[in-house]
Amino acid sequence: MFRSALRASTSLSFAVRRTAAAPRATALSPGLQFARRYLSNDVRQKIQQAVQSTPVVVFMKGTPDLPQCGFSRAVVQVLDLHGVPPEKMKTFNVLEDSELRSSIKEFSDWPTVPQVYINGEFVGGCDIILSMHQSGELENLLEKADVIPKIPESESQTQSSASSS
Amino acid sequence: MATKDAATKAGPVETSIREKLTTLLQPAELTITNDSWQHRHHAAMRAQGGGSGETHFSVQVVSDAFRGKNTLQRHRMIHSALSDEFAQGLHALSLKTKTPEEARSA
Repeated sequence: MFRSALRASTSLSFAVRRTAAAPRATALSPGLQFARRYLSNDVRQKIQQAVQSTPVVVFMKGTPDLPQCGFSRAVVQVLDLHGVPPEKMKTFNVLEDSELRSSIKEFSDWPTVPQVYINGEFVGGCDIILSMHQSGELENLLEKADVIPKIPESESQTQSSASSS
Repeated sequence: MATKDAATKAGPVETSIREKLTTLLQPAELTITNDSWQHRHHAAMRAQGGGSGETHFSVQVVSDAFRGKNTLQRHRMIHSALSDEFAQGLHALSLKTKTPEEARSA
């Protein structure tokens, strides 16, 4: 199913002029020291549009078919497992775009890749996605976000009792 | 405190992670595992000549400081404390963050 996600995988083309002269340090959290504080409004806007363009957006290394990092692979596999349809998911390969690679860390205030957005909201990296997957939170979130269809109550109950035994 | 692997030769990055997280979280348990060797051949590490040997870590930490915070907030606390390490080549950090109660019930 990720063939088509791959086709939909877009690269944000950033022709970016960083506004190095005026780092807007004031509003940023201390955690941002890992990213340079030069993210321009232009780039910020592009990423903002990107994360809102589809219900599920993944910034990763490589592509769903050819992930270049085990953490990225895990995230993509978990989303696949939940049946996230390709038309509702877009992936961005940060290895193809060094500007995006550094910008996304500052944008999300998160130092590592992969990063998952659902309905425009940052959800987390690999550890968080995996633990949400295990706890069932991810499924709930994807259902609430209308990414995957809700399973009728009775059916999901049988499922959970079957898997917990 | 549970500093089991402190005896095995911890590198400067690992030592510094341990010190900073201990100060920040006063953890009941803190386990740091260096997974860097598993990632030596990744493109990003090859570009750095195999990496410094201290690029990928897993951290399991149990602390009262996580009480009332969701996972995202807990991870952000740790990222903030380790911003220098990230700036200086720390590449991946896998986190398990629990309160003492959560650790007990798990």
